[in-house]
Amino acid sequence: MDGVTGRGKYLALAVLLLPSLIGMGAFYILPVISSLVLSFSKWDLLTPIQWIGIGNYVRAVSDPAVQQALRNTLTFILGYLPAVVSIGLGIALLLNRRLKGRTIFRAIYFVPVVTSWVAVSLVWKWLLNPQYGLINWLLSLIGIQGPGWLFDPSWAMSGVILATIWKDIGFVTVIYLAGLQEIPENLIEASEIDGANAWQKFWSITWPLLAPTTFFVTTISLISSFQVFDQVFIMTNGGPVGSTTTMVQLIYKNAFGYGQMGYASAISWVLFALIFTVTLAQNILQKRMDRSDG
Amino acid sequence: MASRVLRPADYATYALLLLGATAMLLPFAWMLSTSLKSGQAIFVMPPQLVPEEPTLDNYTRIFGTMPMGQFLINSIFVSVVSTAIMVLNCAMAGYAFARIKFPGREIIFYAYLATLMIPQQVTLVPLFVLMTWLDWGNTYQALILPSSFGAFGTFLLRQFYLKLPREVEEAAFMDGAGYVRIFFTIGLQLARPAIATLAVFSFMASWNAFLWPLIITSNQSMMTLPVGLSFLNGRYGTDWSVLMAGAVIGTLPIIAVYVFAQKYIIQGLATTGLK
Amino acid sequence: MTFVHKSIAALLLVTAISSPAFAQTTVKYMTFSAAPDYLEELDATVAAFEAAHPDINVEVETAAYNDYFTKLQTVIAAGQAPDAFELNYENFVAFANRGVLADLDPLIAADTGFSTSIYNPTALAAFSQGGKQYGLVESFSNVVLFYNKDLFDKAGVAYPTADWTWTEELEAAQKLTDAANGVWGTLAPIQFWEFYKTIAQNGGSMFNADKTEVTLDSAANIETLQWMVDKVNKHHVTPTDAEMAGQTDGDLFKAGKVAMLRTGIWMFGDFLANANFNWDIALEPGKTNKAHHFFANGVAVSATSANQQAAYEWLKFLTSSKEAVEIRIGAAWELPAVSDPAYVQGYLDQPKPESREVVFQALDTAVTPPVINNWTQLTDIVGQELEAAKLGQKTPQQALTDAAAAVKNIL
Repeated sequence: MDGVTGRGKYLALAVLLLPSLIGMGAFYILPVISSLVLSFSKWDLLTPIQWIGIGNYVRAVSDPAVQQALRNTLTFILGYLPAVVSIGLGIALLLNRRLKGRTIFRAIYFVPVVTSWVAVSLVWKWLLNPQYGLINWLLSLIGIQGPGWLFDPSWAMSGVILATIWKDIGFVTVIYLAGLQEIPENLIEASEIDGANAWQKFWSITWPLLAPTTFFVTTISLISSFQVFDQVFIMTNGGPVGSTTTMVQLIYKNAFGYGQMGYASAISWVLFALIFTVTLAQNILQKRMDRSDG
Repeated sequence: MASRVLRPADYATYALLLLGATAMLLPFAWMLSTSLKSGQAIFVMPPQLVPEEPTLDNYTRIFGTMPMGQFLINSIFVSVVSTAIMVLNCAMAGYAFARIKFPGREIIFYAYLATLMIPQQVTLVPLFVLMTWLDWGNTYQALILPSSFGAFGTFLLRQFYLKLPREVEEAAFMDGAGYVRIFFTIGLQLARPAIATLAVFSFMASWNAFLWPLIITSNQSMMTLPVGLSFLNGRYGTDWSVLMAGAVIGTLPIIAVYVFAQKYIIQGLATTGLK
Repeated sequence: MTFVHKSIAALLLVTAISSPAFAQTTVKYMTFSAAPDYLEELDATVAAFEAAHPDINVEVETAAYNDYFTKLQTVIAAGQAPDAFELNYENFVAFANRGVLADLDPLIAADTGFSTSIYNPTALAAFSQGGKQYGLVESFSNVVLFYNKDLFDKAGVAYPTADWTWTEELEAAQKLTDAANGVWGTLAPIQFWEFYKTIAQNGGSMFNADKTEVTLDSAANIETLQWMVDKVNKHHVTPTDAEMAGQTDGDLFKAGKVAMLRTGIWMFGDFLANANFNWDIALEPGKTNKAHHFFANGVAVSATSANQQAAYEWLKFLTSSKEAVEIRIGAAWELPAVSDPAYVQGYLDQPKPESREVVFQALDTAVTPPVINNWTQLTDIVGQELEAAKLGQKTPQQALTDAAAAVKNIL
C-alpha cells in the first residue's frame, strides 16, 4: 500500500488532509496563538492596540472578581463533583442488575444530557422560584420552608449545582454502565462463591476495577466545572452579589461588555493554566495509585 | 436472559429507579404544564401539574412576537451543515493520518491533540476578531465554520482506521486506485459506525451551542434557538408561561432526534468515552 | 386625461421606478426603547417615514435594554454597524469618544429649511461632544412616584403631595403595608440608578463636580443607603427579592400589591392597559432635597455608514416630525424632546393619569446620570455592592467604602 508514488501521495494528502489543516489552523491554532499575543495588550477593538507586557496577568492575579470567580468554582466543584459521581454510579449499579426495562430507564436518565442548557436553565429558574416554584412547594409538603434559592447569595450556587447535577447524571451513569460491562462476570461469581455480600463485592471488586472509569468521569467533570457558563448566564447572570460568577463569565463580560479584549484573553489563559494544572495533578495521582495497586 | 422470579431486592431497585426517573422527567412535565397555563394560573397554589384550562396562547404569543420559526430553521441549518463538514473533514484527515506516511505526520497529529487541552474560551476573543476582519458577523459561515473542525473527531476516525484491517483496501490498490478514490469508495463506508457516533455528537454540540452564537449574532434573523431563548429570557424575564413555551419549542426537536438516534448516542458515548 | 397623456404618465412612472433616483436605499436602525412594548408604534413611524420617502427603506433591529449596548459595541467592532442607532445619554459619551459616530453638523448645515431650534436645547446639547453634534435627541423620560389610590383609600391614608419627605412616605407605607394579603407600602429598587438619584435627595453625589474624586462613601450617602435598606429589612414596607420571586416591580404594582412605586413614566402604557384600579403620580419625596431622574435617548449615525444622508433623514423624521411626535405622545412612549408647546399640551390633555403635569414639574429637579468613560464597569461595581448591602451581607458603610475603593481604580 505504501507503493504509491510520491506525487500521488502528496496529491492525496492535499485532498484528504488539507481541508482539515486549513480549518484547524484558522479556527484553533491561529486563534490560540493570537489569544496569547493579545493577552499582553490593551485593546477595545475600536481604538488602536497598546502593548502593556504582563500587566493583564498582574491585574488578573489581584483582581477581586477573579478571586471571587475562583472561590465560586471551588464551591461548585465541592457541591457538584462528589454528588454527580456517586449518584451516577449508584444509578449505574442499579441499572446493571439487568432487570426488565433497564434500557427505558437508561434512556430516561439520559434525556437531560441532550437538552440544551438554555432550555434547562429556564426550567430550573422557574422550578426554583421561591414563591411559586415546584421545589419549594414540594419542600413545604414535608414541612420545610424552602430558601430564596437564586435570590439568596448563600443559596444561589446550590440552585445552580442542583440543576447541573440533574443535567449531568445521565452522562455519568452511561459511562459507568460501560465500565461495569467491562468487569468480567467470573470475578463477581468467584467472590459470590467466597461468600462475599453485596457491599464487600462492591468494595473489593467493582470499585477498584472501575478506577479508570472514575478517573475519566472526574477529569471530564472537573474540566467542565471550570468552564461553567450557560446555566449561570441564564439562571443568575452571576448574581446575587457575584455569588455565582464564573471565570468564563468574566471573560465574556470583560471582552464583550467592557471592551477589554486583552484582559479577557489573559483571564482565558489563567483559566487554561488552572485546568492544565488540575488535570496534570490528577494524572499524576492516578499513576501513583496504579503503581501502588500493582 | 431467561425471565426470573423477582426478589425483594429487585422491587427495591425498581422503586429507586422509578423515583429517579420521576425526578428526571418532572422538570419536563412542569415545563410543558406551565407553557399551557394562562398568566394567572401559574401563580395558583398548590401548583397544578395538569392545567385546569389549558391554552395555546403562549405559543401563539411567542410565534407572534419572535421569529421562532426562523430560529428553528437557523438551528437546523447550522447544525446539519456543520455536522456534515465535521464528519467529512474528520474522516478524510483521520484516514490520511492512519494510512499515509509523510514527514511531519506525528508532529501535526500531536498539534491536533494539543488543541484538545485548550479550553474553547481561549479562542473566543481572537475568533471574534477574525470574524470582524472577515466581515462575517451575523452570517451562517461564522456560526458554522468554527464548530466544523476538531481534533476529537479526527482522533476518533484515525483510531478507527488504524484498527481496520487493510485487506479490502489492498485489493483496490492492486486495481490501481489511489488513496482518494479508495477513501471515497471504500473508506467512508467502512467507517460508518464511527461516523454515526461523531455525527450525533457533532449535531448535539452544534444544536446546543450557546456562547459562540450569542457573541456572533445580533440580528434576530440569524439567531439560533438557544440564543433566541436567551433573548426571550431578557424580554419576558418574568412571564413564565411564555418562557416555558419557548423552552418546549427549544427542547422538542432535540428530544425527537434523541428518540430516533438513542442507540448511537448512548453507545457512542460509552465506547468513545473509554477508549 | 387623453390617451397620450396617460401613456406619457405611464412612461414617466416606469422610468421613475427604474431610474436610480428611485432605487431603494436601506437604512438599518437599531433600537432598545421600542422593545417590547412599543414595536407597533415604531412600525407606524417607519411606515409614515417610508410613505414620505419612497426611496428609503428602514430596517429595524431591536434588542432588549440589558443586551443592547453589548450587542451594539459588538456589531460596530465587527464592521456591521447599523446605519443609525439609538444611544442613551449614559453611553453616548463613550461612543462619541471612540469616534464611531458621524458628525451631523455638515448634514444639518446642508439641510435648508430645517433648524435644530425645533428641539429642546438642553436635551439636544446632551448629545454634542467637543462642540460637534453627534446625535439628535429623540426622547426623554423620568421617574416619579406612582401610587395606587384604591389602596390609599382603603387604608384611609391621604394621597402623597409635593411636600412629602421620606418621613411621611415611611409613615404612610407602614399604614399601607398589609403583610397578610401580600401588600407592600412602598417600593423602590435598590440598584445603581435608584441609588444615584436617592443620594441626591439627601444632598449627596457619587463624584465631585469635575469627576476627579469619588465621594461615594460620604456620610450622607451611607445614611441614604441605610434608609433604602431599612425599608426592606427593618420596616418591612418593601418586599425582599425572594418575596418578589422574580416578578418585576411593575408586575407587583399592576397586581395591586404595591401602594407606592418609584418607576419610570415609560410604564404609563402598560399600567393604563393592565392595572384595574385608580392610580396617579406625584413628585418623589426627598430628605433634604427634591431630586428626579432625567433620562434622555438620542439617535446617531454610524461613522462608517454608506447611507449617512438617508440615515439622517430617518432620524430627523423619528425625532422631530409631526407624525412621529404624535405617535409617541399618543402611546405615552416617553416624551419627544421638541420645544413646541403645542406638543406638550397634547400630552397634558390626555385623561390618565390625572397629574400629568408632575412629569414636567419633576424636570426642575433633574439629576443626570454620573457618566464616566468606564460606565458599564461603574454600574457593575456599584450595583454589586448595593446588592450586598440590600441582602445584608455588608453594612451600608462597608458596601460604600468597598465600592468607592473599586471605583477609584477605574476613574
